[in-house]
Amino acid sequence: MSRIPATFERLARAGRKALIPFFSVGDPSLALCVPTMQAMVSGGADILELGVPFSDPMADGPTIQRSSERALKNGVSLQDVLNAVTRFRQTDDQTPVVLMGYANPIERMGRERFADQCASAGVDGVLVVDYPPDEARELGKLLRPHGIDSIFLLSPTSTDARIKEIAALASGYIYYVSLRGVTGASNMDPQEVARQIARIKTAATVPVGVGFGIRDGATAHLLAGVADAIVVGSRIVEEIEASAADEIPARVGALINLFRQAMDA
Amino acid sequence: MKIYDMPDPEGHFGPYGGIFVSETLIAAIDELKAQYLHYRDDPQFQAEFAYELKHYVGRPSPIYHARRLSDSLGGAQIYLKREDLNHTGAHKINNTVGQAMLAQRMGKKRIIAETGAGQHGVASATVAARYGMECVVYMGSEDVRRQAQNVYRMKLLGARVVPVESGSRTLKDALNEAMRDWVTNVQNTFYIIGTVAGPHPYPMMVRDFNSVVGRECLTQMPEMAGRQPDVVLACVGGGSNAMGIFYPYIPHESVRLMGVEAGGEGVASGHHAASLVAGSPGVLHGNRTYLLQDSNGQIIETHSISAGLDYPGVGPEHAWLKDSHRAEYVAINDDEALHAFHTLCRMEGIIPALESSHALAQAMKMAPAMGKEQILLVNLSGRGDKDMATVAERSGIAL
Repeated sequence: MSRIPATFERLARAGRKALIPFFSVGDPSLALCVPTMQAMVSGGADILELGVPFSDPMADGPTIQRSSERALKNGVSLQDVLNAVTRFRQTDDQTPVVLMGYANPIERMGRERFADQCASAGVDGVLVVDYPPDEARELGKLLRPHGIDSIFLLSPTSTDARIKEIAALASGYIYYVSLRGVTGASNMDPQEVARQIARIKTAATVPVGVGFGIRDGATAHLLAGVADAIVVGSRIVEEIEASAADEIPARVGALINLFRQAMDA
Repeated sequence: MKIYDMPDPEGHFGPYGGIFVSETLIAAIDELKAQYLHYRDDPQFQAEFAYELKHYVGRPSPIYHARRLSDSLGGAQIYLKREDLNHTGAHKINNTVGQAMLAQRMGKKRIIAETGAGQHGVASATVAARYGMECVVYMGSEDVRRQAQNVYRMKLLGARVVPVESGSRTLKDALNEAMRDWVTNVQNTFYIIGTVAGPHPYPMMVRDFNSVVGRECLTQMPEMAGRQPDVVLACVGGGSNAMGIFYPYIPHESVRLMGVEAGGEGVASGHHAASLVAGSPGVLHGNRTYLLQDSNGQIIETHSISAGLDYPGVGPEHAWLKDSHRAEYVAINDDEALHAFHTLCRMEGIIPALESSHALAQAMKMAPAMGKEQILLVNLSGRGDKDMATVAERSGIAL
């Protein structure tokens, strides 16, 4: 089993919700990846989502696109992402790590090799943004023997039939995309989110997190009332963009702490 | 004749095609698929489509026997399917008319499109004006600079052209950006994809709307030449004009199908756009197909003198036709295409698009070694008026 279920159980016992920050590995540099991950954990993150850079991130808004482009300029590959997880595991064997990215780098590496490498690096979950359920099922068959979870997205436009299909495949947690659009957009309606999460929960047995468009502590606080986890991505990438390299771990850690405090308040 | 019934209900052409998109787009794609399947079998829709193709596009387009060119080569007879004579100057309009009619029936008031050279953008802006819809065209900022005239044409037709600054600032990035718009505005927006790529049902739907080209040829060739051609040739970027002419010929197994990709500065140089000839399978823009990618699965930048062929992927049905050996794919480089361009101008009084010049160049390469009674049918997919600046620049002439 991955580290994800135990993390949610521990949080549930404490009456807290999971805070899941996202950033792209290699933005602004590979060297800063592990220190940034560590700072996130110190700041109060429960699970880390690492973006695997891709040249054509179709589901992402401008902020994460730029972040992906910066990482690619540094020559960062899927192998580099896996190596970063290996290095992170030398100092942290508790915090779950989820890889989030697009199908092609995985296809290029080969699904079997990818699954094996995830296992040896210490990856806990994989979210392939553009895999349809049938393809994800095939990858899931390779990940499951290693105890690695298959994380899925659901959206406001997902039908009941689709929710059932995904709920049957998902492990770890389900990531509910809280708005119609790309990452970093700003047209989210908290009441609608609450209604949708309730709908998903009728089919899903795993925790349901919410992300896309959570930009401040107040929103995180509000949504922590209805979801099991809060995913913050574009806001963190903006902090990375706005910081000098040597300040990044400290500033990202402080930002995570703001979200943490708002969620726990 | 062998029955050919690709794709399967999930949009697979063998291992290729499919629906590789984020969950946020699934509902929109399901709706599109259901609506398209409904109207595909609706006689009223098909009758209106035929009417529009005849009276608005100007179909059927003729087939022309390029006698002087054929005689000069001393071998096979070259026939040209004159898609360049269509309204807006290329085959692209066949598909945009079909998709605009579908958008209208689905109650979508806003259409979006991606464009590289601007041909599909112009064809989309044209039908948007014709059907009274708002139109937004995404175009890489690099292409906006290179294709200023087409940008102005789109604006004249009432479209808004949005320059895309991400990635390589070309066609593939315009497609990414159009997808992002679609995810965000899916309730009122119809995305007109310009080629036989993207998630299912696009490859099938765009092929179907363009297959009028091949169906006309099936009737016209026996009338013109007394029989079907030995080889059908078409250029392949995304591959919509090629699928349009190939598809009705697939069951006619004695007819060779040949797709011609952009060899750029030569396939060995690495500066080309020949995904089928030199690429490998992967996932991009919603489907599995052949791609130009690096060893880490990142999509690499392409090169071609012809902006319309400058795309790192290719329609999944071509990937299947290649693997199943029903079609052959070759590459023609920039210089060969330019030579064919000038030859057709001088010898037949037809200025072809640089894209179509690739298919023509391959025919000119093959013809001399073939018998005089043999027939090469080239899809002359577009006219070259848009390419004046590019060709002049290559000859060192400032217009």
